[in-house]
Amino acid sequence: MQWLVMERWSPYTVGMGIGILSWAAFLLSNKPIGVSTAFARTAGMIERFLRGPRVLEKPYYKKFPPVIDWEWMLVIGIIFGSFLSALSGNTFHLQWVPDRWSEAISPSPFLRLIAAFIGGVFIGIGSRWAGGCTSGHGISGTMQLAVSSWLAVIFFFISGIATAAAVYRIFS
Amino acid sequence: MLHQIHERQRLQLLIGFLIGVIFGFLLHKGGITRYDVIIGQLLLEDFTVLKIMITAIITGKLGIHVMAHLGIAELHPKPGSIGSSILGGLIFGIGFGLLGYCPGTIAGAVGQGSGDAIFGGIGGIIVGMTFFAGFYPRLAHTVLAVGNFGELTIPQKMNVSPWIIAISVAVLLSLILFLIHVYR
Repeated sequence: MQWLVMERWSPYTVGMGIGILSWAAFLLSNKPIGVSTAFARTAGMIERFLRGPRVLEKPYYKKFPPVIDWEWMLVIGIIFGSFLSALSGNTFHLQWVPDRWSEAISPSPFLRLIAAFIGGVFIGIGSRWAGGCTSGHGISGTMQLAVSSWLAVIFFFISGIATAAAVYRIFS
Repeated sequence: MLHQIHERQRLQLLIGFLIGVIFGFLLHKGGITRYDVIIGQLLLEDFTVLKIMITAIITGKLGIHVMAHLGIAELHPKPGSIGSSILGGLIFGIGFGLLGYCPGTIAGAVGQGSGDAIFGGIGGIIVGMTFFAGFYPRLAHTVLAVGNFGELTIPQKMNVSPWIIAISVAVLLSLILFLIHVYR
């Protein structure tokens, strides 16, 4: 059982595992693995809590009702699974600023939180704009050979590579 | 038999959770719940993310096409348009480069104890989606409809058997994977 407590596995083992897991999702649940819709449902739940049931009239929340569904449980599962892996490899710890950011940009937790928040806003808008994220389009959609997914994932990376290069050139 | 499983809603929630646990475990063991590894990919220094994604796509693709051919699984390609897939992709990428996590890996980052994910990124994603839900009615029939192609797949677009594309893409991706493995 030595492999279970290893901190990292080969990327090829992990990739094959995710590929096989996607077979299970199609077989057992008739669904591709995807993540971002669950965040949209959560946004709806929070908005309904803060502003009352009238937010359910919004066309987007009619399309994706703010309810707990398969994908929402999948995201809860991801948090838990990652936690188990971190425990098994003995790497779980609270870290405010990632090492690379801290060395190249700033060790300030405040600055990192602001950047993460702004980045999150773009991810939130972009993933709903494109109708999926790196899981739903990047892995599940590309394996189904969907035109939408191949286009989206290519532009995720083009724009991500340009942004990362700009951030690290300007601020470091 | 599978249809009966698909219709049992509580069981489906449990299956979703269990698939998520395995997915999160794999993402973390692969190292891609870490900001350093994802930003390393975007800075073209560490190719772990692409190695995992490409291996997953090849493995997944061959399996689901066999299952679809045997009639035991249905494919669900997402709809898209030029305005949605390309512009959405570009907006997403800005966030990807700044945040250094995507929606799946940030859930994993929460589980490993990353404070920037828990107190920064997650909140940002939810706020961004709330904005999007607010201006969705103005986008739906304008920019999101530009160059609409629906639930199109590459084999449909090229009017050939899905097998030809599935196998050619697998060969092409294997070649890319081999080059990355050798040169990185």
